[in-house]
Amino acid sequence: MPCVWPDGSLSTSGRLMLAAVQTDSTAEDVAEVTGMPLYRARSSLRQLLAAGYISEDGERFSQTEQGAEKVKSGS
Amino acid sequence: MTTIEEPEVRAALPRLNEPAPAFEAVTTHGPLRLSDFERSWLILFSHPADFTPVCTTEFIAFAEIYPELQKRGCELIGLSIDSLYSHIAWVRNIEEKAGVKIPFPVIADLDRKVATAYGMVMPGESKTEASRCVFVIDPKGILRAMIYYPLSVGRNMDEFVRLIDALQTGDENHVATPANWRPGDKVVMPAPNTVELAEERAGEGLECIDWYLCKKSL
Repeated sequence: MPCVWPDGSLSTSGRLMLAAVQTDSTAEDVAEVTGMPLYRARSSLRQLLAAGYISEDGERFSQTEQGAEKVKSGS
Repeated sequence: MTTIEEPEVRAALPRLNEPAPAFEAVTTHGPLRLSDFERSWLILFSHPADFTPVCTTEFIAFAEIYPELQKRGCELIGLSIDSLYSHIAWVRNIEEKAGVKIPFPVIADLDRKVATAYGMVMPGESKTEASRCVFVIDPKGILRAMIYYPLSVGRNMDEFVRLIDALQTGDENHVATPANWRPGDKVVMPAPNTVELAEERAGEGLECIDWYLCKKSL
């Protein structure tokens, strides 16, 4: 279940994960907010990072402008 | 002309109490790395092939114990040398025919990288399938237990839950667990390793058969 499709659109879990990323969220925070297992949060964050929807600072993640637009558009 | 036989190249098996071989694999839950499971216990198990009878009974049984494993902070991940599309079709078929949703990811190890790293293929049994292997990996990524079953014998799920209970109890209390131990049973104290400690052990008020075998309740 990749959370980001090759065209940049998000799966249901991908949208859920991206929406759960607030400023300075950890993978544990995202897992807790979404109710997903921690391994799923870590894997999804890696995919959202590669797609440019979030940025990383150590173990903390934040939405990028592109990610915030994606959340707004709901696609 | 003399034929020179080439020595058989044998894959090294992983070893207990050493870091579990790292992997990054395609799974039914997306690309996953072993490090994604850090800070959780993990049971990595292999099965010979999708859409086969014993494996199907095992998948249903693994799905049944998954909530118990989760209560213990333990995740599950399956593996076979099959394609991702075969895995997806099989888990959908299990849900359709048996009414059981498979909640854990399954590695599609077509290139055998993970199976080779963990010594899952036993050529004496099958050169193309993984045997029924079970690896218990702790939250620090250390391989703590390995169990291998032959192709023809479905695994006993109770044992895996018991094994997790025993490992966690041992870690938390610095004790060992005796044969057939279950949570709530007495545990085994480490044997004294000096004469002085052996003499002192006798006065500790434990249930002892002799100085080297003492049990206590937790």
